[in-house]
Amino acid sequence: MASTEPAAGNPPPRPARSDRSAWNLLLAVPVVVPLLTFLFNHDGPRLAGLPAFYWMQFAFIPLGVTCTAVVYRMTRKRG
Amino acid sequence: MGFVAARWRRPGSMDSLDEWGLGGRGFGGWVTWFLIGGDLYTAYTFVAVPALVFGAGAAGFYAVPYTIIVYPLVFLVLIRLWSVSHVHGFVTPADFVRARFGSPTLALAVAVTGIVATMPYIALQLVGIEAVLKTMGVHGHWPIVIAFVILAAYTYQSGLRAPALIAFVKDVLIYLVIIVAVLYIPTRLGGWGDVFSAAEAKFAKTPAPGDGILLDGTNQLNYAMLALGSALALFLYPHSVTGVLASKNRDVIRRNMSALPAYSLVLGLIALLGFMAIAAGIAPVVTGGKADTNTVVPLLFDAMFPDWFAGVAFAAIGIGALVPAAIMSIAAANLFTRNIYKEYIRRDATARQEAAVSKVVSLVVKVGAVACILLLDPEFSIDLQLIGGVVILQTLPAVALGLVTRWFHRGALLAGWAAGLVAGLWMLYEIPNAAKRKEHFGGSAFKLSDLGLDTATTVYAGVLALAVNLAVAAAATLALRTAGIADGADATRPDDYLADEGDPKTGRMELTGST
Repeated sequence: MASTEPAAGNPPPRPARSDRSAWNLLLAVPVVVPLLTFLFNHDGPRLAGLPAFYWMQFAFIPLGVTCTAVVYRMTRKRG
Repeated sequence: MGFVAARWRRPGSMDSLDEWGLGGRGFGGWVTWFLIGGDLYTAYTFVAVPALVFGAGAAGFYAVPYTIIVYPLVFLVLIRLWSVSHVHGFVTPADFVRARFGSPTLALAVAVTGIVATMPYIALQLVGIEAVLKTMGVHGHWPIVIAFVILAAYTYQSGLRAPALIAFVKDVLIYLVIIVAVLYIPTRLGGWGDVFSAAEAKFAKTPAPGDGILLDGTNQLNYAMLALGSALALFLYPHSVTGVLASKNRDVIRRNMSALPAYSLVLGLIALLGFMAIAAGIAPVVTGGKADTNTVVPLLFDAMFPDWFAGVAFAAIGIGALVPAAIMSIAAANLFTRNIYKEYIRRDATARQEAAVSKVVSLVVKVGAVACILLLDPEFSIDLQLIGGVVILQTLPAVALGLVTRWFHRGALLAGWAAGLVAGLWMLYEIPNAAKRKEHFGGSAFKLSDLGLDTATTVYAGVLALAVNLAVAAAATLALRTAGIADGADATRPDDYLADEGDPKTGRMELTGST
């Protein structure tokens, strides 16, 4: 997942501005969680007839939206 | 519709790539949402993903995690490409590579890879239309040719503005159709429980071990890696970069990354149509002795909906093919113009000449895509697309990692690119598909046992090839540094990666270096 890391290579000597923020770590959640197949590769519990495999992955969508939206809000330039 | 777009936000002149190929770089939140959405969720997705679910079950559902993963990645990485492109006037990812590593050769590799990977992708949009036509009983190729002539004419005239506007119509239609389908069809089939029981019963009868409504032990890793690899590949495709660069400022992109997953929801629902087709007892259209599973969704609509609504659904798939095809041909044309024509054929081309060349090349690309369908077996186009995904991933170290670090040596990136391509193509060649009676290019799930490992686990070939690429690039960087071989000059500054709307631009990119 090297590409998700913020500029680790050559930091500017005196950054006028930065896109680094501890909040960015939250973005790892929607990247990693959908890859953990053992979490959701089950038939039960079913939700309205949908096996867990399907409804849980649907549930990751709002999870991703929430994480991205929170990071967006918290790292937004003010003013 | 496309011709109206020519008048929409008409700039003073369409004679530069900024205007024709990037819509003036001024798209706001809504347009960007539709444009990127129109880019990434194509007719082929609507047809192929449910077809995969229809044939293999759970393994086809990878499209959902894949489209969840992609946005956080873009949020952090591709946003930097927007900034640096804004400052330096880059139009393509290869432009960026050219300036970052001071290497026209590496840029050429990235550009050619992009064009090669995009062509079959455009061709597959036609496979989507063809599936609809087959369902309606129309055989032969001429309706597709007509559709493409229209597409070609409006793209030529309006550039990126045309697909941006049509994407809006496309999405309204698709949303309408899918919401109706998902609410209505299961009630006709006796509810979701029955739909899945029918699917379970079907997969239990097939001899293939990898199918079913859940993943089995051997393809879980492949599922995760396919989702990850596809996500990484998605935003390396030149057409998605085009969508990102066309937006007005950083904020528009970042805001969009939390709004775009709405499409994932639709994609997931579309995938479930594959199960509905099983429960409804749909049998794919057979032409020339081969069953075309791509037709299951159109057939399902035909069987379940009244005629007029099936017509709306078919129209949605048709328009869904034209929008991305237009964006892709523009992106491929930009790559050719900027990184081949201007670099190698005509150094002193003016902005006006660039735009003119791009317009013509976008036509050539479309003709090429139509030729792919007319001359090749569509089955073969699908193989090409499979290869395209693995191929485009090999530009990740130069483009995506290049956005966050300048550590790699330009020669090493080139070596890694070549090694990744060879490894990826070899693996794809080695993968058979028993169900389709093919010995080579039968899929993207590479058996680790082929490498001598004692396991039945499969892994997505693209990710393995990328690992080879990265390993070679890293090793070669160390070797070249030790040997003191000259590296290219970096024309960008760290601050460029954080620039926003209103920042000073340097305009034309500086062309330094010659290797």
